[in-house]
Amino acid sequence: MFLIEKAFVGSRRYWAWLGVLALFMFAALLDWIHEQQVGLAITGLSRDLPWGLYIGQFVFFVGVGASALVVVLPYYLHDWKAYAKITMLGEILGMVGVFMAMLFIFVSMGQPMRLINVLRYPHPNSLIFWDLLTLSGYVTLNAVIIARLLIAEREQSAPPRWTKLLILLSLPWAVGIHTVTAFLLCGLVARPYWMTALLAPRFLASAFTAGSALLVLILLLLKRLKLFDAGGEAIRKLTVTATYCLVVHIFFSLVEMFSTFYGGIPREVEHIDYLYGGLSGGSPITPWMWLSGALALAALLVLIVPALRVRPQLLLVACASAFISVWIDKGFGLVIGGYEPSPLGAVTSYVPTLPEWTVVAGIWALGAFLITVLYKIVLSVRQEAES
Amino acid sequence: MRERLIIVGGLALFLLLFAYPVLRAAVYHTQTSAPQLRLTSQGSTCVAPTDYMRTSHMRLLSQWRTDVVRHGDRRFVAFNGKVYDKSLTRTCLGCHNKQQFCDRCHAYSGVSGPHCWSCHNDPQAATAKVMP
Amino acid sequence: MKITRKEFLELSGLSILGAGALRAVHAVKAAESAHANSLPSDSPKKQMALAIDLRKCRRRPGCNLCSQACHATHNVPHIADPRHEVKWIWNEGFASVFPLEQNGYTRRNYNGSPLPVLCNHCEKPPCVEVCPTGATWKRSEDGVVMMDWHRCIGCKYCITACPYGARSFNFSEPREALQQVNPDFPTRSLGVVEKCNFCAERLAKGEAPACVEACPEKAIVFGDVLDASSDVSKALDASYSIRRKPELGTGPNVFYFL
Repeated sequence: MFLIEKAFVGSRRYWAWLGVLALFMFAALLDWIHEQQVGLAITGLSRDLPWGLYIGQFVFFVGVGASALVVVLPYYLHDWKAYAKITMLGEILGMVGVFMAMLFIFVSMGQPMRLINVLRYPHPNSLIFWDLLTLSGYVTLNAVIIARLLIAEREQSAPPRWTKLLILLSLPWAVGIHTVTAFLLCGLVARPYWMTALLAPRFLASAFTAGSALLVLILLLLKRLKLFDAGGEAIRKLTVTATYCLVVHIFFSLVEMFSTFYGGIPREVEHIDYLYGGLSGGSPITPWMWLSGALALAALLVLIVPALRVRPQLLLVACASAFISVWIDKGFGLVIGGYEPSPLGAVTSYVPTLPEWTVVAGIWALGAFLITVLYKIVLSVRQEAES
Repeated sequence: MRERLIIVGGLALFLLLFAYPVLRAAVYHTQTSAPQLRLTSQGSTCVAPTDYMRTSHMRLLSQWRTDVVRHGDRRFVAFNGKVYDKSLTRTCLGCHNKQQFCDRCHAYSGVSGPHCWSCHNDPQAATAKVMP
Repeated sequence: MKITRKEFLELSGLSILGAGALRAVHAVKAAESAHANSLPSDSPKKQMALAIDLRKCRRRPGCNLCSQACHATHNVPHIADPRHEVKWIWNEGFASVFPLEQNGYTRRNYNGSPLPVLCNHCEKPPCVEVCPTGATWKRSEDGVVMMDWHRCIGCKYCITACPYGARSFNFSEPREALQQVNPDFPTRSLGVVEKCNFCAERLAKGEAPACVEACPEKAIVFGDVLDASSDVSKALDASYSIRRKPELGTGPNVFYFL
């Protein structure tokens, strides 16, 4: 019997939700085909800003992918029993996140049908080569782990010993994918905003913040829908993880700003100045960057005070704030700040167009679709095992 | 038993779809004859014998592409000792007409894969836009 | 031995994966040896370079004849929207090109006068470093940074890596933006990156680059900098020259006389 069979029996609500997601995916597919026919001119991208929303989403979702570590590590290395039931949910989230990240790279390419050239003429000097290898390796690794653990759960037996080895391997690999993604950017002499050794640590801190916040949100939702109760202990521990990561994330951001502004070298200052001050000309991203900062501080306030974070409504708001804050910071600010102003000092304001948003929504829908189906399989297997 | 029915039915459907072009031709008696190709300029010889060109022109062109673009090597010494410029537009299209030659055969055989003409110029078609 | 349907499917899937992985490993090995061969040797035979005399450029305010000649020769599309522009050689302001040479008191006639910029055909080109397919590479025989438009996947990583803004992406169908086509040079397709090729196709015929030929003031000198008797070496000997962003260590091969 195949595990996938569990995904084909479900309530009316389940099918309706998948149907809605499929509609978004279909719209994105049509838009992407159109984009391939007429060119990337229908996006907001430009000569001076050739990577935009797509690549921002790519970086963000590599982070979501790496964040599986926040549950896998405590459970397997420190035997946190509270995570027994949610570790696999975290692994699935990580696998789907990285899969989405790869799709975002694909849609931003001018000649996606030639993607195979990366393997036909591999150039190990290019970080894209390593990114492709590590990301696809991570998806494969997690797929094998999840399948083996699920089969073991269904048969109520212990998983084969090598599964544990793969899980241990997946931990440094998770750190690796986001480090490679940071290396993609932080070695470019043309882009001072990215050229900082702190980029990889910053990526990891923000990734673990957004990832653990997202997992808390998903667990709260599953509980609300009466599909799965993770237990108070698991959510409390995950919240503490999110809090520490958020603190480190904010600290890293401020450290970066200090050396940039105190040093005051114009070619380094002007990028942050563009993001937060619009370089005295005003830029479409400025209000969003301030919103991101405000959301991060609001989330910090709730999460850091124990009396506040135990209240479910406030916890929900805090996790959503932290998630959105990182999403703006990484999904937009990172890429736009890197390109603006251009190496020739020019400023082109970038506003994503409707076709771009449609494609992004479609990939998000695909991610939600995969998570729904995979969670459905996991929960059905567990239900069956219990009865 | 039900599973067997689905499997056999699926296989039959696959075979039907697979054989569709042949079946269709048999039912409608569609005429399929190879296009008669004409050369623009008669008498000159090609860079390689006709038989070779018919089966392997794509390999030759791909090799020329690699030689010119990657190695800056533009001189082609043909089987009969003649020297040619490795150029699709300047050498091949000097004798062959794209519409009368390339396109007709590619359309007939349904090979629309190579995108040569999205970048390389057809001097005959481009006359309106060609520089003085 | 009896195997179930599921095991059969798993096994076939695994064997296909294994065969694919083996191919990938072979490809990497082959590419590594090819890559080792294609690296410019320690002592390159030649390094083509361009020296632009801005003193001569300033004699002709508003001149962009070099740009016109280049773009006509190479079928560079003329796109009105600056966000989607494609350009190989074009004029920029002094402060944008030499931000470190601009001190607020720099001679006023420097700004607003023609100042052509183009690909610098660097000694250590960041674009070549980051290209995942080798669609752009540094030619070992003469140091020209080339592009293979058949191979480019349009990832735009090279545009991101270039500190000179010398690369353009084809956001829309380039042929629609061409009034005239030079049949001797291909056009480009949608979704690939392009830039100045130092007129590799003209060098092959022993001709000088189109921009050099088009300049009425003879402001642009071209040649091999490693050859002390070349025109460009003599010009560099005669006057003090500067390069764009030398502090980045890319080693630009386009020189300017102020």
